[in-house]
Amino acid sequence: MALSKKTKEAFLGPLNVNNPVLVQILGICSALAVTVQLKPALVMGISVTIIVAMSNVVVSLIRKSIPSRIRIIIQLVVVAALVTIVSEVLKAFAYDVAMQLSVYLGLIITNCILMGRLEAFAMTNDPLDSLMDGLGNGLGYAWILVAVAFVREFFGSGKLLGYQIIPDSWYVANGGFYENCGMMLMPAMALILVGCIIWAHRAYNDKEAK
Amino acid sequence: MEKFYKAWKEFGKNFEEGGKWAKLSSFYDAFDTFLFTPNTTAKRIGAQIHDGRDSKRTMILVVLALVPAMLFGMFNVGYQHLLATGQLEMGMTSALWWKAFGFGLLAVLPYIIVSYAVGLGIEFVVAQIKHEEVAEGFLVTGFIIPLIVPINTPLWMVAIAVAFAVIFAKEVFGGTGYNIFNVALIARAFLFFAYPTHMTGDSVFVRTGSTWGWDAGMAAVDGFSGATPLGVLATSTDATVMPVDFWTAFNGLIPGSVGETCGWAILLGACLLLITGVASWKTMLAIFGTAALTAFLFNVSGSDTAAANFPWYMHLVTGGLMFGAVFMATDPVTSARTECGKWIYGALIGFMVIVIRVLNPGYPEGMMLAILLGNAFAPLIDWCVVRANINKRMKRA
Repeated sequence: MALSKKTKEAFLGPLNVNNPVLVQILGICSALAVTVQLKPALVMGISVTIIVAMSNVVVSLIRKSIPSRIRIIIQLVVVAALVTIVSEVLKAFAYDVAMQLSVYLGLIITNCILMGRLEAFAMTNDPLDSLMDGLGNGLGYAWILVAVAFVREFFGSGKLLGYQIIPDSWYVANGGFYENCGMMLMPAMALILVGCIIWAHRAYNDKEAK
Repeated sequence: MEKFYKAWKEFGKNFEEGGKWAKLSSFYDAFDTFLFTPNTTAKRIGAQIHDGRDSKRTMILVVLALVPAMLFGMFNVGYQHLLATGQLEMGMTSALWWKAFGFGLLAVLPYIIVSYAVGLGIEFVVAQIKHEEVAEGFLVTGFIIPLIVPINTPLWMVAIAVAFAVIFAKEVFGGTGYNIFNVALIARAFLFFAYPTHMTGDSVFVRTGSTWGWDAGMAAVDGFSGATPLGVLATSTDATVMPVDFWTAFNGLIPGSVGETCGWAILLGACLLLITGVASWKTMLAIFGTAALTAFLFNVSGSDTAAANFPWYMHLVTGGLMFGAVFMATDPVTSARTECGKWIYGALIGFMVIVIRVLNPGYPEGMMLAILLGNAFAPLIDWCVVRANINKRMKRA
């Protein structure tokens, strides 16, 4: 199946040049909150991707019958239903992670990326494009989360996905020289890391544009 | 001098466009301006706000002012080591005196080298990328950082902290003269939050082990503590505990960060800064005055914690208060610029440092955080002072 140029653009754009976190600076709050470890960041990224994609499709399907005066309420109902489903599924099958994500799972409903995509894209485009746009934005958000969480967990705890990567014998407590960087565990460092990614992203894309 | 100058300029031709080492022009430039510019003085005619001062000359003055505190700090590092390992039980001899200084010199020197190597390395790289001259700001920063860290901090941590501070507190804001926060303090704050176990506690401020293998095999004597006076206060349950008396603290032979312990060495530096007009006496006076007043209020408040009962004059000579007030709060870039603003800025720092020391048991020392907070508010203070002045003059018109 050959996708049209617009459909491709809807998917690829948000991954790089039109990234919701890097360019539109949306969804920063949860990027700070859930990126201390890689696992919750991965789950959060996947959850948001599924919810954005599904809500985009649903809203796009019913977009012509939504009265414009109450469209926000209807969008919220759709998103709330999906968030509830995802959080119930996570509680059933991945209880630890659901507990680690705590309120942030429920707060996906307030994630700026969701309402932004529904308003800006799903209300005016057909379901296939909306699906692609939702997937693109969700994954664009997810890779930032994973990148930040990778650095924070590796340097902050010496682990990845909960497995010890830096050998125990390196630590000062065991007679070595190494020490985890506690700064990485603080939300401030997540903001600085996101800033660094934005810095690199702009520098690279400016060079491309020239 | 003339001959040297000519030879130097001849040598400099290698660095011009198309020359042998054109890529390294910023290195040559840095040393050139460091040694020879500006060789002008203020003109004798007309009204001048201040002398024809160059920031490189200003920086050198600050470094000179820091030398007494650093030399004393080196001696104190060695002295504390001898004390901790029981070598002073037979009394002080001149041989031990030199051993103390030599030991401290060898212990502190690596920090100075690492601090300058990392910081200047980043400065040179950034200057080369941005095609700018190497700015002089790191001269002082690189000198202060070794003086404000505990002597047992691993060198690689210092290197990371310096890199973090120079990149994120200075270069991203636009380089020397544009930073909002004191760069040396950001380096210390990074260490403090990233590696708290190496920045606070009883075992970090006195080196009981060896330096380059010197005194290997020595161990701390029984009953040795190594806690700083403020560290004792923060953990003590006895509300009237007095870890040190005034003159001992002022003389500075107590555990602490390298350069912060000795009152008279810091005051010597302060005199140089005040005579040459580099630092503002208003900022210093406001900090000391407000800190004393705040501590006095806690003294009479009837609170029953050790820190609140610590006499107000003791607060002034312990911890980093003196060093911070003289060398770091007065940093012309990050402090308030307006004359009235300097009083408010100093008062804010003096108040906060005592509040942090007394009310937050997690932080025995508050000078670093107080100055950083003052830095954050300095632009706002300036703005308010300028607005108030404009309004006053508008009414007069």
